[in-house]
Amino acid sequence: MKLNLLLVTGVALGALSAVHPAIAEGEIKIGDINSYTRLPAHTIPYKRGAQLAIEEINKAGGVLGKKLVLVSRDDQGKPGEAVKIAEQLRSRDKVALVSGSLFSHIGLALASWAKQRKMLYLAAEPLADALVWAKGNKYTFRLRPSTYMQAAMLASEAAKKENVKRWATIAPNYAYGKDAVAAFKKVLKRLRPDVMFVGSQWPGLFKIDAGAEVQALAKMKPDGIYNVTFGSDLAKFVREGRTRGLFKDKLVVGLLTGEPEYLDPLKGEAPVGWLVTGYPWADIQTAAHKKFLAAYQARWKDYPRIGSIVGYNTMLAINAMLKKAGSVDTEKMVTAMKGLKFDSPSGPIMFRAVDHQSTMGAWVGWTVLKDGMGAMANWQYLDGANFLPSVEETKKLRKQ
Amino acid sequence: MGDFIVTLLTGLSSAAALFLVASGLSIIFGVTRIVNFAHGSFYMLGSYIGVTMVTALGSGGIAYWLALLIAAVAVGVIGVAMEVLLLRRVYQAPELFQLIATFGVILVIQDVTLWIWGPEDIVGPRAPGLSGAVTIFGEKLPEYDLVLIAVSPVVLIGLWLLFNRTRWGTLVRAATLDRQMVAALGVNQRWLFTGVLFLGSALAGLGGAIQLPKGGADLLMDFNIIAAAFVVVVVGGMGSIGGAFLAAMLIGLLQTFGIQIFPNSTLILMFLVMAVVLIFRPWGLLGKPESPGHGPVEAPEAPLRPANRKLRIIGSGVLAFLLMLPVAHLLLPSIIGDFTLVLVVEIMIYVLFAAALHFIMGPGGLVSFGHAAFFGGGAYAAALMVKFTDAPMEIAFWVAPIGAALLAILFGWFCVRLTGVYFAMLTLAFAQIAWAIMFQDAPASVAKALGEWFGWTAVEQITAGDDGILGIWPAEWASSRVTYYYLTVGLVVAGLLVLRRILFAPFGYTLRAGRDSPLRAAAIGIDLKQHQWIAFTISGAFAGLAGALFVYSKGSVFPTSMEIARSFDALLMVLLGGVHSLVGPIVGAATFTWLNDIFNELSYWRFLLGATIIALVLLLPNGLVSLGDTSVGRRLGLGPGREALA
Amino acid sequence: MSTPILEVSNLSKAYGGVQAVQDVSFVLNAGELLALIGPNGAGKTTCFNMLMGQIKPDSGVIRLKGNDITGRPPQRIWRMGVGRTFQITATFTSMTVRENVQMALINHQHASRRWWKPAAATDVAHADALLGRVGMAEQGDRACSVLAYGDLKRVELAVALANDPDLLLMDEPTAGMAPKERIELMQLAADIVSERGIGVLFTEHDMDVVFAHAHRIMVLNRGCLLAEGAPKSVRANAQVREIYLGSTVRAEVE
Ligand SMILES: Nc1ncnc2c1ncn2[C@@H]1O[C@H](COP(=O)(O)OP(=O)(O)O)[C@@H](O)[C@H]1O
Ligand SMILES: [Mg+2]
Repeated sequence: MKLNLLLVTGVALGALSAVHPAIAEGEIKIGDINSYTRLPAHTIPYKRGAQLAIEEINKAGGVLGKKLVLVSRDDQGKPGEAVKIAEQLRSRDKVALVSGSLFSHIGLALASWAKQRKMLYLAAEPLADALVWAKGNKYTFRLRPSTYMQAAMLASEAAKKENVKRWATIAPNYAYGKDAVAAFKKVLKRLRPDVMFVGSQWPGLFKIDAGAEVQALAKMKPDGIYNVTFGSDLAKFVREGRTRGLFKDKLVVGLLTGEPEYLDPLKGEAPVGWLVTGYPWADIQTAAHKKFLAAYQARWKDYPRIGSIVGYNTMLAINAMLKKAGSVDTEKMVTAMKGLKFDSPSGPIMFRAVDHQSTMGAWVGWTVLKDGMGAMANWQYLDGANFLPSVEETKKLRKQ
Repeated sequence: MGDFIVTLLTGLSSAAALFLVASGLSIIFGVTRIVNFAHGSFYMLGSYIGVTMVTALGSGGIAYWLALLIAAVAVGVIGVAMEVLLLRRVYQAPELFQLIATFGVILVIQDVTLWIWGPEDIVGPRAPGLSGAVTIFGEKLPEYDLVLIAVSPVVLIGLWLLFNRTRWGTLVRAATLDRQMVAALGVNQRWLFTGVLFLGSALAGLGGAIQLPKGGADLLMDFNIIAAAFVVVVVGGMGSIGGAFLAAMLIGLLQTFGIQIFPNSTLILMFLVMAVVLIFRPWGLLGKPESPGHGPVEAPEAPLRPANRKLRIIGSGVLAFLLMLPVAHLLLPSIIGDFTLVLVVEIMIYVLFAAALHFIMGPGGLVSFGHAAFFGGGAYAAALMVKFTDAPMEIAFWVAPIGAALLAILFGWFCVRLTGVYFAMLTLAFAQIAWAIMFQDAPASVAKALGEWFGWTAVEQITAGDDGILGIWPAEWASSRVTYYYLTVGLVVAGLLVLRRILFAPFGYTLRAGRDSPLRAAAIGIDLKQHQWIAFTISGAFAGLAGALFVYSKGSVFPTSMEIARSFDALLMVLLGGVHSLVGPIVGAATFTWLNDIFNELSYWRFLLGATIIALVLLLPNGLVSLGDTSVGRRLGLGPGREALA
Repeated sequence: MSTPILEVSNLSKAYGGVQAVQDVSFVLNAGELLALIGPNGAGKTTCFNMLMGQIKPDSGVIRLKGNDITGRPPQRIWRMGVGRTFQITATFTSMTVRENVQMALINHQHASRRWWKPAAATDVAHADALLGRVGMAEQGDRACSVLAYGDLKRVELAVALANDPDLLLMDEPTAGMAPKERIELMQLAADIVSERGIGVLFTEHDMDVVFAHAHRIMVLNRGCLLAEGAPKSVRANAQVREIYLGSTVRAEVE
């Protein structure tokens, strides 16, 4: 009898998944998948940015005469869950395309799924190089500058410091950390054959034993330290490193360290004088960004993080793509994505046809303390186009 | 010289928070026999409450330390609340059932914490007057490290005095040794347990508060500490506080020195230590073999009966439903969409996984905390086969269970020598090692080293770490959703029937015999360990088959398929459904997967799922299949549950 | 006579400071019913545990039918033809009475690894015959967990007989039984001994039972063998009377 109950629930479940809202005629749905419970500090700003863009687009009359609707779902930080949700968004919610995700492995899982199901997937934040190169596919595009691009930007700046020759690295022990270190090494070595890398530390992600890692780095007596840790690891690393005098008289380069998501929680203890990639949202003077900033602050009563602008740009990209494609047919959308150009608060962006990577750039500068908070000074916006390999090289990277 | 001493001191200081958390866990387990997974959440709460209290009281002088102490007491009170409102009601449930109650608590606390303190990491306030560093032989050591180094021995001595010099402590110790005896002495067990929960939780809270000057508070702390805390408790010996101290110091030092020598070892060092300790000292460094009569007396399981008419009818009904679903899908695609099939496939995969775990856990009486190793092992075996040999799916479906079985043979050889929680923790250690091997792509490193040695050009990537293996999709003939659905349903149902058949056969009976009475089993010539080893292997093989179905349904595999959370999901499914029934894991897996899916669309789904689990634990302490035993169930005519559904 | 079934020489076992068994030597022949008596804590169960392999002796040698079995695990010793009942009954509580016996039969045929044919259908007749022998024929289908203690003891005996043992070890087989049942059970044991010519070693607190059935009696006190011999001579032994029998017999009789 109890199984009868199961049967009933089963039927109910079938019915439940059946009673999906009728697909309103005047809507284009975008399936948004992100790690909303796993890393809310990063994904909530993303969602807010995306929502803001959607609202603005709809206020301006939508696209192709229809309204955009964002269907947001939580992937729990699990790739299997992300694929299941993608399936649900596709078959039940009838979304036109899927976008989002933060973790690289989830981005890769969705990319693989997109290829199989012939669905367009616009990866917003995952950084893995493989997403567009080694594991790139026809249906997957990426907006945010990849690990390689950001590491290359930092390396090219770091190369200018003549007297920094001995480098040590510290990065979380997973694919992103490994990629970030490899890319930095590769570019720096090319620009400065005289530098040497004297050691690498690999703390577990969010499990750093900061005292021990700082101790180990100090032992290597480097002139420069390349840091890829972030989040709670970064906070511990900075505090321990400062107390133990690790950063004194050394050039420290931090990947993503200048992003408000990571810099702001450090408050008055934010590192000073590090060369970082980040997002100096308060100081960007372009008209487009000023407009975005004002709108974002009015809408959310909060300032934007890097996730916010990525979310915003993602929706702008989709909007531009739909206009260009003139339809929600996947093949037409894919064609439209290739070489798609649009303007964004961070400047003009183009999706390269060769590898589906956008040319969105990053802000590179030096950390300072301003009003008791970390901030970036002497920064410049580096266009991603200048840090991507040539078309020829890329073709080799994408060869599968 | 200076470097060595400072490294040593750093190691000792980094062990402090771990020791506090682990000692609390050990005390709670020792007396109540509850494996409290929510202990990590208490640690996290200690940090958050600590931050709030410091902000409220000000971070100057005494106020700061008072704030930390208040945080500890507050967490202790939360622990008491959990005991009184929840655990107290389920002490009589089968051992380890309380474990899922604490799972529910974890989920609830995660969302409540997010709701109260927001998503952003909070950097911990510095201790007053202790933000500088001292110089030792030219090397700098943070002043606060000295405080941390002092804390552990002070707490250890305090606990020793408490347990050896007070009446309460003596009773707690007695309860650790023999709970029934203490009950016989007429001691009010309830208050003893409540007190123990307070002490243990407060220690976790103190651990969280005291690490603030070294770190801060964030939402991932709970999961990040819990595995480490268990390792320390198990390495030290469950219930031994001195052992926990020793183990925390040992692991703290090994980590600190290990990081300098093998920077890459951060993920597995701790688990390697645990595996080695358990292999050579099965009860930990200072632990003692479990004495019989330590835990609650469990109600004996009802004899196994072939399915009665009712169950047969229900079973056939469910099967017919499963077989007809795609037909309905083809006829009425707007009512039964693609996703319904996808969801049922997912449910079926977890049903098989849960049934495989149940095989060793229920009839075998061996609770595995690391069964995802075989689920993921099967998935990886299939994926690697495809990646490197382009093997067709039909072959991969054979390779997966065989690969998982081989892994189970290897792990099982070490594990079945232990029992109870020690067995569970050793499986966890091995699963974690397997996970790290996939995560760090150790095979590629080995291949590279060999390649350099012999002058080959080795492949650059094998498992590709957490970038995973992509593009593993079903063969052409099975690629339609309906076909893959039937393939899954067919394999899962066949798997369930085979597992069931084995349980009704002499092998399954022998397994249960060993669980019921190892003493009698040996006295009728049963080589129990051998049978358990075989059972572990069978269980691993079926988990591996589920893994293969999983990888082909998702198209990719990542180390997450082996992670602790996945093992715990399976554990939760089995316990939720009812470990004493063969139908239990099936009902549990279906319910859990389905609940997870419907809650997932809501914000604060973790809170809802956690609360639902807690409610189920309180209402149905023998699992979902005991629904029929409740008064409501009887009124609904659901009949006697356990027996009918054996 | 041929080699004795059981030959124990200089068996000792200590727990920490407690010398549980000290330098115990004896012989048990086929067809013999040998009682091991002594006050609580004398070391009887410890002796049994060493004979069956549940614990390893500190020193001494145990020979079964001439083979040295000292320190072997219980499952091997069982295969060599030793059955045992426990002072605190050990049965499979999640099984029926018949299934408990079937388990022993299945193992006797090395069939415990079979994985297809249902266990409940194997050796039913044989199991029922054994249950009939101990007077439990009616109760085969009952769950072991609901039996009265005396019945459990009987089930254990049926289980212990399933491998046609040459040696039967019974640790307080009648504990928890009514006096009448005790006599019956020991009579049954005596019958089995004479039918099959096996050797039985048993401990027992009821002196009426002991003196009514035992062919020979050994008295253990604080781990040491105090006396050994035919019931008459043991009863006559002044030392035994004084230290042990004197008090208990009276107590038991009263
Ligand atoms: N596992 C053990 N650990 C410590 N002492 C034990 C253990 N088992 C038995 N003893 C001690 O050995 C002695 C003999 O016990 P036992 O053989 O059970 O006696 P009997 O069966 O004659 O009543 C007793 O003093 C008992 O306390
Ligand atoms: Mg005894």
